Amino acid sequence: MVLMRERIHTFIKYKDLLRELVVRDLKLKYRRSFLGYLWSILNPLLIMIVMTVVFSHMFRAGIENFPVYLLAGQAVFDFIRNSTTMAMYSVLDNAALIKKIYVPKYIFTLSRITSTMVDFVFSLGALLLVMIVTRTPFSPHMLATPVLVIQVYIFACGMGFFLSAANVFFRDMQYIYGAFMVAWQYLTPLFYPLEMLPGWLQSIVTLVNPAYYYVEHFRDLVLYGHFPSAQVFWGGWIFAFIMLAFGLFVFKKAQDKFILYF
Amino acid sequence: MEQDYVVDIDNLTIRFNLASEKVSDLKEYFVKLIKRELMFQEFLALQDVTLKVKRGESWGLIGVNGSGKSTLLKAACGILKPYKGTIDIRGNIAPLIELGAGFDYNMTARENIFLNGTVLGHSRKFMQEHFEEIVEFAELQQFLDVPIKNFSSGMQARLGFAIATMVQPDILVVDEILSVGDYQFQQKCYGRMQEMLDGGTTLLYVSHDIESVKHLCDHAIWLEKGHVRKSGPVQEVCDEYMQVNR
Repeated sequence: MVLMRERIHTFIKYKDLLRELVVRDLKLKYRRSFLGYLWSILNPLLIMIVMTVVFSHMFRAGIENFPVYLLAGQAVFDFIRNSTTMAMYSVLDNAALIKKIYVPKYIFTLSRITSTMVDFVFSLGALLLVMIVTRTPFSPHMLATPVLVIQVYIFACGMGFFLSAANVFFRDMQYIYGAFMVAWQYLTPLFYPLEMLPGWLQSIVTLVNPAYYYVEHFRDLVLYGHFPSAQVFWGGWIFAFIMLAFGLFVFKKAQDKFILYF
Repeated sequence: MEQDYVVDIDNLTIRFNLASEKVSDLKEYFVKLIKRELMFQEFLALQDVTLKVKRGESWGLIGVNGSGKSTLLKAACGILKPYKGTIDIRGNIAPLIELGAGFDYNMTARENIFLNGTVLGHSRKFMQEHFEEIVEFAELQQFLDVPIKNFSSGMQARLGFAIATMVQPDILVVDEILSVGDYQFQQKCYGRMQEMLDGGTTLLYVSHDIESVKHLCDHAIWLEKGHVRKSGPVQEVCDEYMQVNR
């Protein structure tokens, strides 16, 4: 109980640092580029256009409103990918600082995930734009999007904690994760309909792929205009908290040894 | 009696990782892998070090390069965790281990004041209140919105020192940082440190400049290869140190 209170106290003490780090990430990302933050919207838009041209003919039968289907899925998946990849380097990138000053190390991981989340929210501008162009009806269910964002945020934190700690001890992690990410992306129905997968693979994906839950959740809200099924909704929470518990456990066990392996 | 110590370090042993990158052939690779030495080779940077400092005392840490002075400071700051022994610190620490650790060289001086201040655990509001004071001490009024990668090392050091010493800490930890910067600024820094000492701050000070140790400190601890060789009043320890290392 005392320990818990101390931890919360420490977090409150360093919450302004978290804020400064997030602001820094966002400021430096587009500093000296002419279009600046517009890139957060332009980038997904450009990728969406390419993918739509390439894939919409292949899967024409399966998917209505392909641009929105694709962009919604891609946005959520990119959030997961970018935040966890950024988080993986968060401890190593700040090694010089951690060696010189005492700072709670999880702040760095948290800041990376948070700045990617802000970026994700910007990128939703692209989605809104495409929805207007394709005359997709706006449903009030879209207002529940923050719940999904929180789910993914918690999930990404857990994963980020695990990856950033693991990467200190095994630098191989970066390469393994790169390959893992490719497999994960193709096993998430982003640009194809789930039904295209063979039956056994379908049941595996719908059972153990957390990205499927979050992508599906988001599409239900913005594209299909209804709340997600109970399985998708509660499954998303369960994945998020299991991942968080696992990530925190690994990080906490490892953090005092970080400095020996920089 | 116990309550008097602000820094209470007892039988401290600190472990380091010396894993060398040199693996000459495949056989050695597997030998090391099995002996678990590939990623970790133990080295004890400090062994059985005891240091008890009372409030208001100032201690100089002396010894040749690699004797463990900086390691002891880092342990006191909580950066390194003890392998054996205990560290007990009462009060807040201002670490001056490397000026401007935590600076982002792509950001401006103004942004870095807030970044570095929050790294040291201050709140944003607190930094706003002390902003003027920092700028004034660092004498950087005209360069506030310049990215600090364009600063000279002396300017960076000034900014770092100004941020780190803005509060009156209970314990000030200084590791040979004043070698950069011009004479005038060094005097200014010594002045501020002296001010803090007069105000009751406890000092832990590492320097190879024995004269400055004698000047600032009243006690000294002499480390040799991770062991305490001698500790006590500054004059006594420094004299013996100078005799041995002449």
